[in-house]
Order: sequence, then structure tokens, then C-alpha cells
Amino acid sequence: MLSHMDLSASLIVDRAGLDGLLGALAARGYRTIGPVVRDGAVVQRQVSSTGDLPQGWHDEQAPGHYRLHHDDDSSLFAWAVGPESPKSEFYPARSLVWRTSSTGDVVTLEQPQQESAPAALIGSRPCELAAMRVLDRVFAGGEIPDPCYRDRREGSFVVVAECGTPAATCFCTSMGTGPGVEDGYDLALTELTSPDGPRYLVRVGSARGAEVIAEMGGSPAQPADFASRDAVLENAARRIERKLDAGNVRQLLASNLEHPRWDDVASRCLACGNCTLVCPTCFCGAVSDTTTVDGAVERHRRWDTCFDLAHSLVHTGPVRATTWSRYRQWLTHKLSTWHDQFGTSGCVGCGRCIAWCPVGIDITVEVAAIAASDGAVPVHIESGGDRS
Amino acid sequence: MLLTEVEPSVNPLMPATYRVVARRVETDDVVTLSLEPTSGPSLLFRPGQFNMLTAFGVGEVAISISSAPGAPGPMEQTVRDVGAVTHALCTAKVGSTVGVRGPFGTDWGVDELDDSEVVIVAGGIGLAPLRGAISYLVDKPGRTGQVYVLVGSREPDQITFPDDLERWERDGAVVKVTVDNGDAHWHGAIGVVTTLLPTISFDPARTVALVCGPEIMMRFTVRGLADLGVPLGSIRVSLERNMQCGVGWCGHCQLGPLLICRDGPVFAYSEQLERLISERER
Ligand SMILES: Cc1cc2nc3c(=O)[nH]c(=O)nc-3n(C[C@H](O)[C@H](O)[C@H](O)COP(=O)(O)OP(=O)(O)OC[C@H]3O[C@@H](n4cnc5c(N)ncnc54)[C@H](O)[C@@H]3O)c2cc1C
Ligand code: SF4
Ligand code: SF4
Ligand code: FES
Repeated sequence: MLSHMDLSASLIVDRAGLDGLLGALAARGYRTIGPVVRDGAVVQRQVSSTGDLPQGWHDEQAPGHYRLHHDDDSSLFAWAVGPESPKSEFYPARSLVWRTSSTGDVVTLEQPQQESAPAALIGSRPCELAAMRVLDRVFAGGEIPDPCYRDRREGSFVVVAECGTPAATCFCTSMGTGPGVEDGYDLALTELTSPDGPRYLVRVGSARGAEVIAEMGGSPAQPADFASRDAVLENAARRIERKLDAGNVRQLLASNLEHPRWDDVASRCLACGNCTLVCPTCFCGAVSDTTTVDGAVERHRRWDTCFDLAHSLVHTGPVRATTWSRYRQWLTHKLSTWHDQFGTSGCVGCGRCIAWCPVGIDITVEVAAIAASDGAVPVHIESGGDRS
Repeated sequence: MLLTEVEPSVNPLMPATYRVVARRVETDDVVTLSLEPTSGPSLLFRPGQFNMLTAFGVGEVAISISSAPGAPGPMEQTVRDVGAVTHALCTAKVGSTVGVRGPFGTDWGVDELDDSEVVIVAGGIGLAPLRGAISYLVDKPGRTGQVYVLVGSREPDQITFPDDLERWERDGAVVKVTVDNGDAHWHGAIGVVTTLLPTISFDPARTVALVCGPEIMMRFTVRGLADLGVPLGSIRVSLERNMQCGVGWCGHCQLGPLLICRDGPVFAYSEQLERLISERER
């Protein structure tokens, strides 16, 4: 791993340099996955040149609100995170686990081949990189690692794009995950404005990154370029107004499990699960078995949500039968018990769950409301009946 | 990268195929399957651990291993028919194939109990996850601590493993059974399983208790044991939640800070665990 302080390895490139990067990655056999505009949102698709990227597109986000508009500027990365995240590259929304072939009572199981070429993620945001590191702990940091996740993730190449234009829903500054990033990537880009259109500071974060940057052209970065980067990041950080008291929230939620705010939010939440599906760290999954027309059995693994009634089903019924229980499970897991389970917060402050909630529930507001009357109701211990 | 160095491993989501070599009906809705691998050696496990069992074409569920490790004969798993997958397993024919992933989770820790008195309290199908532990304790040469087996069942014809109960008693354990509702042929104790606790005399300071059954039963049993002087930390319980993976990836088995498949299913009791299983869900 090279040091991010290794200024000599850093480059300044123009848009042609980025095309060179995409070409170099494709030549190495990567699928280059980057941001594109589809159906009114910035999403992730295979990209082959900078012509595919969201040039001149900008977003407007608020609780329950996401809109794009187009200007004729030549920026490529002047937008904040959309509904998709790198999660789907490493942990697909649906995947085949195995399929059987059987002759009489003899059943044989086949595992699918790891399908496609490794991914090079272009323009992942610092909070998305933080989210990948959270998922690394969940799927690959425990005693039993997930080989499918691990292979996809270890094979991947990550080009981060630091944030100059955060959305109103962002709160990475509270979670310590953005708008800049110092390690964990292969290459990091910062989009800098200049009279002749955007230029990109490219920093190296890994040995693989160093190999690729050598093929990019461009000129060595100067101290003034680093000063421009600092200005971009400072300006971005200043624009972020949303806050969450990350130092306090773990204990706050653990000691307010009966707070009246849970009733309030439960009356608004639709239990639709949008928040969990857009969240870059939500990892819940379920398996389902189906029988194909030729009689083979297939098991698929798919994303699941703790807002689904069946998530907590045991034979006596669901453990969390109401939206009250399920919203509380989601928020306390994200911000409190995730620390117990995986040694990190489950929230990176990307704001997706705020923008994509159809009724605009905002986790920073919910936490603040609980903090405002901390201890309103002491934890209630039931002495009688029970779910079993 | 940022990932821990690990050996390239087999995919823990891939079941091994096992053949049903025997099927024993325990009660009207409980069946014990004897399982042998279709190739290679049978898996190594410790009493209290569970497997994810697949009924091909129906689905996969968590089922504890009910035989003792090292016991002669195939591995056994005892299933109560409560839904689609358990029904398919209970009706699996001898000779058919099931999928087995495991063993997963923590165990009862029976090999550290040579000098302890062991009080085992089971409610209903909760005897299945304890059965291997009891046989292991009763059969282990050189153990000095007495083994007490207290079993509660709803009705007399729901009592599982009657042959084992007799055998354990013959081999030195104190075995007591109670039913919630008796019938004309029942001459034994009537009442919930906690009513059996005062009928045995054990040294609470030297005792380890292993408890498995519905959560409400486990909470009352823990209270009864604590009232008799057993320290909370000497009481172990086995918990159950929905499980889709068994390996800590699916999130379904969460209980507050715990992932039951990874941190359990067997837990040492504590004030914190009491709070977790008593915390109100709605
Ligand atoms: C660690 C552990 C050990 C267990 N050991 C045994 C055992 O030895 N013998 C036994 O008979 N049962 C045992 N169970 C319970 C058994 O897993 C459930 O009865 C079974 O999952 C019910 O599935 P079903 O499809 O038959 O029922 P349905 O009601 O049709 O279930 C639908 C789905 O809900 C889930 N589900 C329902 N009930 C439970 C439950 N209680 N626990 C977890 N998931 C559930 C499953 O994913 C299942 O596929 C154990 C559970 C756990 C967690
Ligand atoms: S909880 Fe919300 S803000 Fe936090 S990482 Fe998930 S989607 Fe982003
Ligand atoms: S918080 Fe919003 S997005 Fe999440 S389940 Fe409730 S209504 Fe849906
Ligand atoms: S069963 Fe999947 S995390 Fe525990």
C-alpha cells in the first residue's frame, strides 16, 4: 500500500486522461462500472468512455425527494449519491446459490461459476467506500467469510470520486466518512474546476492503482492542485448542514427503547423497506427454493428487509409484528447494535434512506427527537406473557 | 485489500447431501431422522450445535443435532412438524436425500462439567437439542457430578424419547417428568416443569444448568433456579429466531446486539440476556 502522502505519484489529468483510465482498466479485463443517468436518476451501469458519464447533471435531494436537472457545464461528478450503491456489485440483489440435478433418490448439487469479470467501480463516493468497508466486516470479517462476496470484492478495482457537491440529505461529516477520503481506494479523483473545463487530481491508494496510473498520461500534480482539492472539500463540508451526534447515538438508542418517538415514527412509516434497499450497508438476505420445469431445484439468495413481516417469523408467528417494532429494529440496528455485532456503525451518512423514503422520514430528525427528550420512558421489562 | 486473510474455503451455503437411513416416529408430530453422508465422513459436532437442513424443493430450516458426538450409529436430528419445511423433513422417506449444512453455533459446553452437578430442564421439543448432551454426560467415564433431567410436556403422549429417559435413569441420572394436562393413564407429576425444581436436591454453588424450551418456560426456569441459589452465569439457555443462513450473513436471527446463529444459540444467562428476551416487541 502506498502512502496517500506520496505526492510524486499523483497526477493532474483532463477528461482525456479519464478516458485513458477507463481504457486501461478495460484492457486489464475489468468491467468498468460507473455513474450514468437512467430514468431520472444517477445509477450504476457499465461505461466505456467518459461520454457515458453524467456530464452536466446535478441533483436536488430532500426528505422524500430526488430530482435531476441538466446544465450545459462540463462537470462529470457534480451530483451526490443516487438510489444504487456498490453493494449490488459485491452482493447482488438476487443470485443463484445452487441448483440440483437428480436421478431417482440421488441428488447432486452444482454451484454456479462466478459469472462475470471483476468490477472496476468508477466514481464511487467516499461514503460508498466507507459502506464497502462496513460490508467487508459483515461478509468477510467474521469467522465464516462469504466466498462469493470476498472474491468479487477482492477482485475489484475502486476509483473514488471525492465530493464537491453534496446533497442536502448528506451527513457524511457527522459519520466521519466524507466528503474526502484518504485510504481504502485504488485511485481517488477530485474534480477541480478550471477555465478550460474540469481537471482531475488523481491520487494513488494501492500498488494496483500505481500500475494503472502509470498508463494514464497527464502531468505530475503540483502543490497548488492539492490546495484546490482542499478548497473543494472544505466548501463541500461547509455545505453539509445535516447532523447526527454519532458519538452519543449508540448509547442513546440503547437506553430509549420505549421512547414515545417510536410511536410517532411508526404512525408515519409505511414499512415499505425502501430505506433498507437503498442503504449501502443493509445486508439482510433471504433464501428461497424453487423447482424448475425440468424438475431441478434452485436456491436463490436475495436482499431482504427487516420491514417485512416474515423477516422475524418463527412458527408461533412474527417476533416483530408491528411497524413500531420493525422501525425500531432498523434504527437501533443501524446506529447502535451494529457496533456490538460488527464493531462499526451501520450508517455512513449517505442520506439515501432520507431521500428515498416515500414519506420523508429522516433518521437524523428521528435521532434528534429522541435525544431531545432522552429517557422520556424508562425501558419497560415485561413480566408476564411472551412471544413463545 | 482490507479483508482478513482466509484460506479459500468451501462455500458454507452449499449443503452436503445426506441419506435418511432411518426414521423414528417420536410422537404424533415429532420424528427423528438418522442421517449418513452420501460420501465422505459424517460431520464432527458438539452437543447443542445445529445444522441447516434442506428438504429439496421445499426449503431449509435450523434443526439441532439430537444425537451425542462419538455415539455409535448415524447422526440424528429430531424435527417437530410445524410448517412446510419441517413437514417435508418429518415425512422424508428412508433412502431419500436431504441437504445438511453445519454444524453451526455454540454448544452446551458439556466437556467442562466433570465435577459439576448438571441440572437439565427441557420443555417439549426442547429436549431434542439437550439429548446429545445428556447422553454424553451420562456415558462419560470418570464424571463425578450428578445429572438431573427434568422434562415438561404438554400431554403424556407428547413426551419425546421415553426410551432414553429410562436409559439415562438406569445409568445413574435422576430423571423426572411432568405434564401440563394428565390423562387416565398418567400417574406421574402434573404441573409446569418448574414445579420439579424443588423436588431435587443439588448443591447450587456446584451446579451448571442447561435449559431449553419456549422462551417463557426458560425465563421461569431461570427464575426458579436463581431462587434456589444457582448463579445466573451458571445457567445456559438455547435461543431460537428465524434463520436463513446460520453463518452471520442474513441478519434474520438478530436479538439486539446478538446474532443468535453466530453468538449462540447456547448462551450463558445474564442480566443483559434477561433484558433482551424480556424487552417488549409489539
Ligand atoms: C438454532 C435452532 C435450533 C432449532 N432446533 C430445532 C429442532 O431440533 N427441532 C425442531 O423441530 N425445530 C428446531 N428449530 C425450529 C425450526 O427451525 C422451525 O420450527 C422451522 O424453521 C419451522 O419451519 P417450517 O418451514 O416448517 O415452518 P413455517 O412456519 O412454514 O416457516 C416458514 C419459515 O419461517 C422460518 N421459521 C419458522 N419458524 C421458525 C423457528 N422457530 N425458528 C427459526 N425459523 C423459523 C423458517 O425460515 C421457515 O422456512 C430450531 C430453530 C433454531 C433457530
Ligand atoms: S442508514 Fe441511511 S444515511 Fe445511513 S448509510 Fe443507510 S441509507 Fe445511508
Ligand atoms: S422509513 Fe420510509 S422508506 Fe423506510 S420502511 Fe418506513 S416508509 Fe419505507
Ligand atoms: S441465521 Fe443468518 S445471520 Fe444468523
